[in-house]
Amino acid sequence: MALYSEKVMDHFRNPRNVGIIEDANGIGEVGNAKCGDIMKMYLKIEDGIVKDVKFETFGCGSAIASSSMATEMIKGKPVSEVKQLTNKAVAEALDGLPDYKMHCSVLAEEAIKLALEDYQKRTGEEI
Amino acid sequence: MIYADNAATTKMSAAAVKTMISLAEEAWGNPSSLYSHGQQAKEVLEKARADIAAVIGAEPREIYFTSGGSEADNQAIISAAAEGRKKGKMHIVSSAFEHHAVLHTLEKLRKEGFEITLLDVHTNGLIIPAEAEKAIREDTCLVTVMYANNEIGTIQPIKELGEICRKRNVTFHVDAVQAVGNIPVNVVSDNIDMLSASAHKFHGPKGTGFLYAKKGIRLTNLIEGGAQERGKRAGTENVPSIAAMAEALREENAKMGKKAAYLTKIRDKIINGLSEIPHSALNGDLQKRLPGNVNFCFEGIEGESLLLLLDDRGICASSGSACTSGSLDPSHVLLAIGRVHDVAHGSLRLSIGEDITDGDADYIIKSVKEVVEYLRGFSPIWRDLINGKKEFIL
Repeated sequence: MALYSEKVMDHFRNPRNVGIIEDANGIGEVGNAKCGDIMKMYLKIEDGIVKDVKFETFGCGSAIASSSMATEMIKGKPVSEVKQLTNKAVAEALDGLPDYKMHCSVLAEEAIKLALEDYQKRTGEEI
Repeated sequence: MIYADNAATTKMSAAAVKTMISLAEEAWGNPSSLYSHGQQAKEVLEKARADIAAVIGAEPREIYFTSGGSEADNQAIISAAAEGRKKGKMHIVSSAFEHHAVLHTLEKLRKEGFEITLLDVHTNGLIIPAEAEKAIREDTCLVTVMYANNEIGTIQPIKELGEICRKRNVTFHVDAVQAVGNIPVNVVSDNIDMLSASAHKFHGPKGTGFLYAKKGIRLTNLIEGGAQERGKRAGTENVPSIAAMAEALREENAKMGKKAAYLTKIRDKIINGLSEIPHSALNGDLQKRLPGNVNFCFEGIEGESLLLLLDDRGICASSGSACTSGSLDPSHVLLAIGRVHDVAHGSLRLSIGEDITDGDADYIIKSVKEVVEYLRGFSPIWRDLINGKKEFIL
């Protein structure tokens, strides 16, 4: 049995939405180098919709895959829906993560939530 | 596939496999039985004992077969501690980056009232003998130090440490799991009282190893139930595996010089190649290291993703990152040589074997360079480092 599901390996090997958004209006960074995981999400929100999303991740295979999957799950979605995203949904979309790697999906959820908060702070918009 | 994880385990040699299979078919008797079929197995067992003893300069009666290196480490330390306790000597000296078979046993003893001093291994991964001498006290019952480190491959000044222990009349145990079969080990010239070894690290089978205990050293049984191994390790001996271990050790010992010279050449080529990666650093002393060990830290990346991508390219390696150990902390070895968490997570260990070719080395260098660059390409730490928001450590 492999360490990770095929889905995890696919997103790890071919991560979607990698990079940064120069004119992002919501940025969230979670984790720290000491623990070996840092995830940074860049959102471009327009008219209540996540028009674009990019990420950068320092971390293990499941951290990279979780970031990638999370960006796919929120791209083009209304903010009201995005803020409901849970780590469980990310892990399920990846066909599961090993127990000790579940925190990687938590990081993805938290990074997105932080980016939404940042957007709220910048724009004063209630979301 | 390029297998570069020989410090984790090695492939059994063809001769060791042949020995194991043929003896499983022919010498399956119980060596404790008195009829000739049992005695035939006993002969095989004693020949293996004599062969192994000869390789490390011991007497056959000083070799005790165990289930592997961990058991041998446990028994050696527990035995020396038991003798120390009898004499009111409850202090043990070791090093900060020993294998967990040693460190966890010491931790258990600490809870039982022993005092443990862990020697500094410094940034080059080497103990300074004078510091060991200073650490030894009147109540020290044991010094236990590994011959060569399993992660960064540094070779300790065992002979000097042994001399100090002899002079101070302290029992000296050496975890030689990574050394035996790779570099010359002689218990007499190295002044070693007890030594642990594991067959699967030198192309023998798993689940088999041995403890050398110098004549006069009293052993405490970990496993009770029979008179095997001079009454010090109960359980019917795994004769085919033990004979295969002896076969593998004889082979490795016979070609040691030639193998070491070749591996050193390839090792240094890989070290030179990987040194070209910016903001990287070799872990452990460049000279005093095992012929097959390469260990690097690359700033801005995490080890597990590096390993997975190398695996995709057919390279088997390992890392000291937290994610590969299943714990939150990176390797205690890398932390012991002063690597901070941030860079310790980005480590890579390549432990090469003699089947490696010059072309394999080129391929490894190229692959590691590409994968590190790729991962840095979307690492937020790397971005902060190159944008000057954070200072480079390496």
